[in-house]
Amino acid sequence: MPTTWVFSEETNGTPSSLSLEMLTKARSFDGDVAAILVGTASEDVVATLGAHGASTVFHIDPGDALPGAPVAAALADLVEEHGPGLVLFGLAYTDRDVVGRLAARLGVPVLSNAVDIEVDDDGVRVVNEINGGMTLVESTFTDAATRLVVVRPKSFAAESGDGGTPDVVEVSLPGDGGATITGRHEESASGPKLEDASIIVAGGRGMGAAENFELLEDLASTLGGAVGATRAVVDSGWVPYSLQVGQTGKTVKPDVYIAAGISGAMQHLVGMKDSGTIIAVNKDEDAPIFGVADLGIVGDVHKVLPPLLEALEARD
Amino acid sequence: MKIAVCVKQIPDPAAPYELDPDTHFVQRPADQVLDDTDRYGVELGLQLAEATDGSVVLVSMSPAGSLQGIRQALAMGADKAVVVDDEALAGSGALVTARVLAAAIAAEGDVDLVIAGTESTDGYTGVVPQMLAELLDMPSLTFARKVEVADGTVTIERQTTGGYAVVESGLPALVSVTAGVVEPRYPTFKGIMQAKSKPIDQPSAADLGFEAGDVGIEGSGQRITDVRPAPEREAGEKIVDEGEAHLEIVKLLETKKVI
Repeated sequence: MPTTWVFSEETNGTPSSLSLEMLTKARSFDGDVAAILVGTASEDVVATLGAHGASTVFHIDPGDALPGAPVAAALADLVEEHGPGLVLFGLAYTDRDVVGRLAARLGVPVLSNAVDIEVDDDGVRVVNEINGGMTLVESTFTDAATRLVVVRPKSFAAESGDGGTPDVVEVSLPGDGGATITGRHEESASGPKLEDASIIVAGGRGMGAAENFELLEDLASTLGGAVGATRAVVDSGWVPYSLQVGQTGKTVKPDVYIAAGISGAMQHLVGMKDSGTIIAVNKDEDAPIFGVADLGIVGDVHKVLPPLLEALEARD
Repeated sequence: MKIAVCVKQIPDPAAPYELDPDTHFVQRPADQVLDDTDRYGVELGLQLAEATDGSVVLVSMSPAGSLQGIRQALAMGADKAVVVDDEALAGSGALVTARVLAAAIAAEGDVDLVIAGTESTDGYTGVVPQMLAELLDMPSLTFARKVEVADGTVTIERQTTGGYAVVESGLPALVSVTAGVVEPRYPTFKGIMQAKSKPIDQPSAADLGFEAGDVGIEGSGQRITDVRPAPEREAGEKIVDEGEAHLEIVKLLETKKVI
């Protein structure tokens, strides 16, 4: 197996956790591993990529250009020069922008939504989930020399190995691709980030109204966790999109996931069903969420959660 | 402004879809619905067209069936639709889909703005809009939660992991929109009646210049090798709250050592 490349976007001075998960997986394949780093490439970032298995870091700094188009153009040249056998991207915003445009430039297929990748002499097999995770589909490439795969977050656990400091290769951009970033805004959130939290308290339509999310915030902060939400809730504007868990939102895998007033639509389940322990509270005893819950409580969130918060606060 | 909006008819998501046991393709009933996430792109297209005395053409690659989903979008107010329906396209991957959509859009002449969702709700790859933009040689302004067009510049608020970024480009351009970018209108009775007589072109792949080997399974370079049920997560205990159920949660959190 020739080289595997892993795409990594740097945000706020750290490489994406997804890229570290993918590097860890890539390390288990035969052959060298390289990272494609989009960002500023501080010493720390390069060292982290190295520790997770990258022996080479291709560094691209797009500045204020929206990375998708120019990074794809630069990568297409790099791929043609080096001929990696497999290039992994994450199911994340910039990754998707780059891989889509790269595939179109190279004229090669993309297998997306991978939850597992098997590499052997017969080639590369990619496993993905459909139907809200109820069905696994295994696919393979028929003739691609460079195989592009998009991996779902949390499919692999990130572990650093004994890799040393990688070589850094500076890659210049052929242009800005026509789209420019003119402002960046972080939405403030206290506590751990949703995708990193070990405890998540998530709410659905069954919470009834935006103001009832305060109760979930209190529960989350008491437990040291983060608040999540369903698509219906973010579409209604009750909480920001960045809190959405599910197919079109974030994939999470906390130790404990508390689903409050969430029915468990397939689009939501796919984003949280691999959580360690799932606790669900819902009025509807037939809600699909109970099918994946370790503890299901048929009841009104407004009657179950307030005494839960009191009981937890009383312990401190 | 001339606007193309990519839409997709999908099996009703309320009913889990089945895969054909032989081909592993999604079995598509004749009555498919408009992918709910597409309503946002259609609405945005209509608002921008209304503001500029422009037009909206819907572009889709899918088995036409009864065209129920396409008519839903026409009933909202789009002017016409192009539905590329061809048995030769069955089994096409994301890149072939993007090539077909690009050809259908190019056939419409000069389009100022292409609007797409970020991904479809059924079997999705999440990269078709970006591929489409590359093939049309346009910037791709993706994951937009807000879109404005003024003086030949499109400006969006692009969703990021921790917030959003403001991104702009000239036209023509492609934007992919998240649900909630605008509030989709409901079709009026008049709109539903008008939709019945709006033009729906149904070119074949060959009409758009594709040869048999370019599309479908053969042209896609990928093959499904196995379909199997995922290991099921076992449902645990289910209790009915009679005032004390929260104590069960506390007990479980203790067992799991999170408190």
